[in-house]
Formats: sequence, structure tokens, C-alpha cells
Amino acid sequence: MSEVKFLVVEDSPTMRQLISFALKRVHGAKIIEASDGIDALKKISAEKFDLILTDINMPIMDGLKLVSLIRGDDQHKEIPIIIITTEGAEEDRRKGIALGANAYLSKPIQTAELLKLVNQYVKK
Amino acid sequence: MDSNREGFKNIKGKAEEFLQIFRKGEEFTQELLKDNEKLRFKIVQLEEEHRQQQKDDPEGVLKSLEDKVAYLSEENRHLMERYREVELENKNFAEKYLEVEQENNNLANLYVASYQLHSTLDFGEVLKTVLEIIMNLVGAERFAIMLLDEKTRELTAVATEGIAAEDMPVIGPGSGKIGESARTGEAFFAESQGGGGFDQPIVCIPLKIKEHVIGVIVIYTLLVQKKNFTNVDYELFSMLAGHAATAIFSARLYSQSERKLVTIQSFLDLIKDKPSA
Repeated sequence: MSEVKFLVVEDSPTMRQLISFALKRVHGAKIIEASDGIDALKKISAEKFDLILTDINMPIMDGLKLVSLIRGDDQHKEIPIIIITTEGAEEDRRKGIALGANAYLSKPIQTAELLKLVNQYVKK
Repeated sequence: MDSNREGFKNIKGKAEEFLQIFRKGEEFTQELLKDNEKLRFKIVQLEEEHRQQQKDDPEGVLKSLEDKVAYLSEENRHLMERYREVELENKNFAEKYLEVEQENNNLANLYVASYQLHSTLDFGEVLKTVLEIIMNLVGAERFAIMLLDEKTRELTAVATEGIAAEDMPVIGPGSGKIGESARTGEAFFAESQGGGGFDQPIVCIPLKIKEHVIGVIVIYTLLVQKKNFTNVDYELFSMLAGHAATAIFSARLYSQSERKLVTIQSFLDLIKDKPSA
């Protein structure tokens, strides 16, 4: 398996570390981190990612805005996106999926569940 | 004449002798015929026995096949038993693997949380990291970090999530579940979710450096999706009780020493600048 590039968008350094630590277990993983939506867009325009994992509540630009911008961009709209957030209500989940996210995970995340989901999109 | 008579006698004697030999031959032949008859009878008997044996053979074959089927059935039963044993063993290994995997994930989370706690000496950053851990790893919604005043022995909220810090009451020594947890150094876990009032926490984790309590983490409610605590939550609480306490204490001492250093430096600068009398 060749290199798999992940973009982890999360304002909390602890959560970024936790997600990145879990993703390192995916064979060939290369993990890039971004602290908000604007930072993420800069990184997306600079290199190609296989999967984006984003939080919702972030300063400067939130995760939902980021998802809608990526889906509106012809060059990057095909990148799978997983939302990881503390917002666990069904309404939030529906909103995220409606905007174009492929999957939605509520915090606190289970590493096994995260890796299972990630592997689904990496294999695709 | 006499010679004729003598010749006749001789011939008669020889004829008698021949007849005797002939009779003996006849007797011998009779005996042979009897023996032949007996042998024929024996042959018929043997042929009959042989036919009977041939008739018996399919049963023998059937019996032999039945024995073989029984043996193979026994062997099959034994193999099935062994297969079930191996399958059970395999299942146990798979369960063990999942447990180890889960434990590995939990340890990785604890490692990252602990690493983050000790990655800075900035008091504000340490408090922010503790809040992040409680929210993202435990799944708490409304909670506070309360620190103990060494002089008054009162607990005051220094960082909160989902609650305004100024709304948090000051807790007196030994007062309610929170004060009691600070006084005894024992963690408190409620049986069920409380009403959400400030005196009804669901979790109180004393922040301890060895046996010295410096504060309490108080959780009032959990996130909607978090139904109950898991084993790793208790491990996290245990880790937080020690690591968060030392991280907060070190950062507070460091910021105090920084402030003192600035004050002393300013004082020294003032002395230097003061014109001599």
C-alpha cells in the first residue's frame, strides 16, 4: 500500500495529538495537522489528501463551513470527510451529512471505531 | 497219465491261486470304490460348506464395513470435538486480541493526555489542556476545575466548561460532596446523573500530589451521547488526579516565580536608578 495522506483539522492540540496518534496505525499514513478551517484550506490547496478529519467548533472558520467550501470546490470535492465533534445530537449529525460530510463521529471517540471508519474510506 | 494228473493239479493250483489273487483284486477294487464313494461324499460336503461360506461372506463384509463406519464415526466425532475446542480457543484468542487492542488504545490516549499535560509550564495552558481532556476524552459537558486556597481551605473555580466561572460558588472545607472529596482525598462517583445543581455533582476527582490535595475536578453533566462511564474513564480520572495536579501545581509555582522575578528585577532596577545620597 502506498502513502495515505490525512488532514486532521482540530483546534484542540490534545485532540489533534490523539487523532494523529491513532491514525499512525494506518499503514503508510502521513498526517498533516491544521488548527482551523482557514489553515486547513491552505494545506488542501498545497497538497492532495486522501481523507480529511475535522472538528466542528473551531475559531476563525468552523468545520461545517470548511466542509461546504471543500464540496463546492471542483478540484477537491471528491475528498472523503469525517466530522469528529462533541455535538452528538441527531440534528447536528444530519446537518453535517447534508453539507457533504461522508461520516460523523461523536466525541469521546473510540480509537477502534475511528480506525474502522477511516479504513473504509482509505480502501475506497 | 500220472503226469497228466500232476499237470492238471498244477494247473488247478495255479487257477486257484489266480482266483485268490483275482478275489483279492476284487476286494481291493471294492475297497477303492468305497473310498471313492466316501471321497465323493466328502467333496459334496465340502462343496456344500463352501457354498454356505459363500452365502455367509456378504454378512462378514457388511460387518467389516459396519466396523469401519463405527471407527470412522468415532474418529469424526473426535475430530469434531477437537474442531470445537480449536474454534473455542480461536474465539478466546480473538477476544483476548480485542481486549489487548482496547487496552493499547486506552494506554495511547493516556500517554497523549499525560504528555500534553506536561508539555507546558503556562498555567492557563495547563488548565486548558485539563479541560480538553475532560471534554474530549471523558465526554463531560458541564464541569469545573476548583483549586484549594491553602490559607482559607476554600475551593474556587479557576476554569470551567459549560458553566460561567463566576457562577460557581466558593466551597467551604468539607462542605457537600465537593468539599468532602477535597477533605478526604477520595473520589466521588454518583450512582445516577444529578439534577445539575452546583451541590449535585456526578463526579468529584481530588487533584493530589501524593496525599496533598490541591483542588478538585467537578463534573455536573455528561455529553448527550455519553451514557455512562467506562473503565478507561476511571483510568483517566486516576491519571488526572495525579498528573493534572502536578502539572497545575508546577505551572502555578512557575508563574508565581516569574511574577516574583519581575517584581524583584523592577525593585533592583529602582535601587540602581536611585541617586546616591
